Amino acid sequence: MTLFEELGYMLGDPLMRRALLAALLVGVSAPVVGTYLVQRRLSLLGDGIGHVALTGVALGWMIGAATGLAPNDALAIPGAVVAAIAGSVLIEVVRRRGRTSGDLALAIMFYGGIAGGVLLIGLAGGSSGNLMAYLFGSISTVTTTDLLLTVVLCAVILLVGLGLRAALFSVSHDEEFATASGLPVWALNMAVAVVAALTVTVAMRVVGLLLVSALMIVPVAVGQLVTHSFRRTMLVASLVGVSVCLVGLSLTYWQDVSPGATIVVLAIGVYAAVALLRPLFARRRPAGDPHPDIPDDVEVAGRTPAGARASAAAGSDEECVG
Amino acid sequence: MTSVATPPTASTTAPAPAVEARGVHVHLGASHILRGVDLTVDRGDVVALLGANGSGKSTLVRTLVGVLPPSAGTVRVLGHPLGNAVPWGDVGYVPQRVSVGTTVPSTAAEVVASGLLHGRRLRLPRGWRARARAALDLVGLADRADDATSRLSGGQQQRVLIARALVREPELLVLDEPVAGVDRPSQEAFAATMRRLVGEGLTVLVVLHELGELAPLVTRAVVLRHGRVVHDGAPPRPHGGHDAVGHDHVHPHEPEPFADERGLAHGPITGRPGTEARP
Repeated sequence: MTLFEELGYMLGDPLMRRALLAALLVGVSAPVVGTYLVQRRLSLLGDGIGHVALTGVALGWMIGAATGLAPNDALAIPGAVVAAIAGSVLIEVVRRRGRTSGDLALAIMFYGGIAGGVLLIGLAGGSSGNLMAYLFGSISTVTTTDLLLTVVLCAVILLVGLGLRAALFSVSHDEEFATASGLPVWALNMAVAVVAALTVTVAMRVVGLLLVSALMIVPVAVGQLVTHSFRRTMLVASLVGVSVCLVGLSLTYWQDVSPGATIVVLAIGVYAAVALLRPLFARRRPAGDPHPDIPDDVEVAGRTPAGARASAAAGSDEECVG
Repeated sequence: MTSVATPPTASTTAPAPAVEARGVHVHLGASHILRGVDLTVDRGDVVALLGANGSGKSTLVRTLVGVLPPSAGTVRVLGHPLGNAVPWGDVGYVPQRVSVGTTVPSTAAEVVASGLLHGRRLRLPRGWRARARAALDLVGLADRADDATSRLSGGQQQRVLIARALVREPELLVLDEPVAGVDRPSQEAFAATMRRLVGEGLTVLVVLHELGELAPLVTRAVVLRHGRVVHDGAPPRPHGGHDAVGHDHVHPHEPEPFADERGLAHGPITGRPGTEARP
């Protein structure tokens, strides 16, 4: 059988089609939000939200079981959405209060989220085994309803993340300047927090709560290796996100391995490969004076000012060409 | 509590002063940083805010642009009380430089363009690229527009922040130590830019450690000490007392060899005392 026939079979499978579409949407949107988180030095925020979302899953499950809903986990995803938003808003509030305690608050949330989830699922009559699908992803069981929810949430994420890019960049880059410009800094920070929470809940399906953050952060790490602008970092991150999601998921069609883990390992592989290969392609730094417009302060024996100037001029030419 | 003294240069006919602060107190944590500051900056003025480290200069300008909330007193900027009523598009602010390079790279043009957003304007206007480039041109960095800010020198990064404040074509420019730790060419480029803009009628409030290159432009100096205004009037005369016995030399020396070449304002200030506040 040829590769194309195999791909044809894969795309003919409605289950796989839904899964691929969900992976595509999550692959595009997670790195968009991740770019803001990395810029604000909140790379681990996604993990914090993910852990809290687990409590939300268990809470939804518990309410579903208590009210006798048909599938026990009908309220699991709504529960995760509510808990994730509450958690990320709380983290944002703590961050504003003072920088030192933000780290600690995040840590407490990590542990509280996991412990709360396991405890509540037990009280609901389930076992921690029921949580595995949420912890490590369950993209193979994406239903049409799930897909619809993913489309709507991803649309919101992209609308905010791309539509408000300049304002979110300003706030993430220099909050003091944004405040002094009269921008609605509080609302913009909350927008990032809520969008991050939504991202965690949609990505939960694809890679699982424990690996959500990797999908938001690792593509950004790749992007910042190869570009020097914010806009392009976001673009490259999204492209890497989509590629690893689609390729990783497709691989699991033939190899029975966890899609979430495959996707994350692929992303880290791309990062490692780019980091290793970058020196071969990076434009060479000029050998001369990196600041040709600044006069040298001291004369050093064996290096005449004229020589220094000449090499500096050569260096700046090279820079312009590259 | 506060006895309000009329600022020496207050005019009665002109439009509302660019900055009008009355009895401003600011607490940061447990410390009482500003203790009843009155400050008026008239349109077209170039006011230098001087004082030792810890006197509250930065706290004052950060309060005036709405970054810190005053615990008492009123602040009006361009005739409006602090808040959404202030036409923020007419106010440019240059904060003290911290490291501009963040973990996600950004180009000089991207950083400058963020200065085009203010108030409820959350999206970049058409032609933002050209405007960012023009602002970078004002500070002599047009050719570095597409460079990552992390690749620029400290002085060049400071100039990017100045361009970010200028890109919106402000009426009032507030700068916090714009030349601290800045290389000589950047200081000169900055002074040239300021000469041109002040000539066009820009109002400036600038925190300085020493008047330096800006001395000819400064129309008034306000000196803070321990959170109070102790001098408000003519700029102190350049005084070669930087190395005098008993001179309290508190700022760290930056690795720039020529910084003290010109006369610097560290001598005793002889102007009459302005506003006093009693706790």
